Amino acid sequence: MTLDIDAILTNPDKHIIVCTGSGGVGKTTTAAALGVRAAELGRNVCVLTIDPARRLAQAMGLTELDNTPRPVAGISNGSLSAMMLDMKRTFDEVVESHSDPERAQKILSNPFYQVLSSSFAGTQEYMAMEKLGQLRADASQWDLIIVDTPPSRNALDFLDAPARLGSFLDGRLIRIITAPARGAGRGIGRLAALGFGIFTNVLSKLLGAQVLADVGNFVADIDTTFGGFRERADATYALLKDSGTEFIVVATAERDALREAAFFVERLNQDCMPLGGLILNRVQEVPETGLTHDQVLAAAQKLTAEGSGPLTAALLELHAERMEIKQRQKHLAVRFTAAHPTVSVQPVPIMPHDVHDLAGLREIGAALANQKITW
Amino acid sequence: MRYWPEVTLHVVTGKGGTGKTTVAAALAIALATDGHRTILIEVEGRQGIAQLFDTPPLPYEERKIAVAPGGGEVWALAVDAEDALLDYLEMFYKLRRAGSALRKMGAVDFATTIAPGLRDVLLTGKACEVVKRKEKKQANAYDYVILDAPPTGRITRFLNVNGEVSGLAKVGPIKSHADSVMNVIASKQTAIHLVTLLEEMPVQETLDGARELEGASLPLGGIFVNMTRPPQLNAQQRELAIAGQLPKTEIESDISQSGLTPTAQLVDALLTEASDHAERVDLEVTELERLTERGLPIFVLPLLPGGIDLGGLYELAAIMSDSDIGGAR
Repeated sequence: MTLDIDAILTNPDKHIIVCTGSGGVGKTTTAAALGVRAAELGRNVCVLTIDPARRLAQAMGLTELDNTPRPVAGISNGSLSAMMLDMKRTFDEVVESHSDPERAQKILSNPFYQVLSSSFAGTQEYMAMEKLGQLRADASQWDLIIVDTPPSRNALDFLDAPARLGSFLDGRLIRIITAPARGAGRGIGRLAALGFGIFTNVLSKLLGAQVLADVGNFVADIDTTFGGFRERADATYALLKDSGTEFIVVATAERDALREAAFFVERLNQDCMPLGGLILNRVQEVPETGLTHDQVLAAAQKLTAEGSGPLTAALLELHAERMEIKQRQKHLAVRFTAAHPTVSVQPVPIMPHDVHDLAGLREIGAALANQKITW
Repeated sequence: MRYWPEVTLHVVTGKGGTGKTTVAAALAIALATDGHRTILIEVEGRQGIAQLFDTPPLPYEERKIAVAPGGGEVWALAVDAEDALLDYLEMFYKLRRAGSALRKMGAVDFATTIAPGLRDVLLTGKACEVVKRKEKKQANAYDYVILDAPPTGRITRFLNVNGEVSGLAKVGPIKSHADSVMNVIASKQTAIHLVTLLEEMPVQETLDGARELEGASLPLGGIFVNMTRPPQLNAQQRELAIAGQLPKTEIESDISQSGLTPTAQLVDALLTEASDHAERVDLEVTELERLTERGLPIFVLPLLPGGIDLGGLYELAAIMSDSDIGGAR
């Protein structure tokens, strides 16, 4: 089954498209190409990229990472804005908008907050979701938001990290270390209290008392103003389950990338999240010649053995090599489809050049929507 | 002259999708060649090594996973931050039993979460512990340690543990632990290798990563250019191919001589593919030049048309051995 990308892009009921997959498969480029295509099909699109390569950002006319959607020039029909997520700035803005200036300043200068907002596992995913929620709330400007997901260790992190971080920040342990005396006295039982005694003791030894004090101050400051981290994460998670959302899983025809894609597909099914389909990037196209790999290789070898036609021998070898690569890629794709028969797959041929500009993104967009690709 | 004669710790990083784990594994085999014992360490909990060597998931325990040509051995270890913290608590505070109770409460996970720097120093610390163990001449000692490290975007922060723990305890065991880790990582016995593809984005990331590592005074090793396709055409032929001026009649007659029929379909396919290939190779040549300017040794590894399996790893390892990596010391 092939994937009808244009049907998704032009569906007025679809407001969010999430591009996900393991690192290095071309997620960000795919998100940008979908954005260009959707805009030129008449949508008002905002593309939220997480960590674009400089060239790709330039292709969309983005020059700085300023956490605000910037209009992309040169789009006809609809409109396109693009932005790069600045997770620290997003977090800062959330803090500032939920507390008075004095308290906000106190939180922003807290050393634990600085670690949390710049290098904490899960913060990038959490802030990507937060930003997505903000953009979606501004529905007057955009009717389609296309979001790229962070280069996580695995694709599922995008779904799990925000809730995990939320639970952590709202969690029992963080509250206990911040008020050990109160925590030890109440409800958790004497034995556990003893454990927590050792726990805070060990933590102080490992991290130093100052770190624990910073965490304590942070929790106290954030508590009165911010509400639950977990609640916020849950609210955006609900947005992802909405029928206005579509997930596009991106992979290459390689074992590891397809394994990640399979995990993700299974997870979306389990959570009843809307899956548009799988984009299989960088597939090797080979023109049909009616010959088998072995025939072509044998012909190349014959020429080489006879020492004649070195150019033609090289061309035949090249053709045979491409047939072999295609064969292996198809084998992997067929196995994926056997395990996930309901997932529509769109192969996208490998391009001989890299993307530099809107024209390059348009070319990829056309390949994404090409229903007649022979692969 | 072999590369990196003084190095015992080989750190391998690279952009996602460039095959960093594959290169690390092949390097472990190449370095084990001719009777050495190496250990391949992973730190990201992905079980990438087990998948590559087709073995069950690795526990937090050193296991022999492969042999190398000439009687070498490759061992593997999947380091887990929680286990490393328990090790650490045991080593410095004799807290093994309390440690497992803490773990049950989720406290160990909590501690490594609250201070990401702690997690990294525990992971790098474990690798350095294995490196140093060699000097004590214990039974389980290794000639080389190969660390399958986090991707290029995070590598400097990951390795620069002193900076990482600077927000933590200023004195005490964690600080001295970080110092001793730094003594290994920033020394001549370490080399940090970058894996890339010959495409613009990974090459740019590699150059940026190399600059960052250098800025942090961390020792660079080599650049491994992965998944290259051998150029089938020389520069002049590529120019003709792109211009659509390859000698068509000559090619047709060669095809006849090769035993195939020179159908229009076949000839067109060959010419289209030639132009496509030429464009790609030209791009790769440009990217390779950009990498060369860095002045680091470059090792070119081919794309294996059949994909990476155990046999493929040995093939890549043999290429490394032939390029003067590993072997006699």
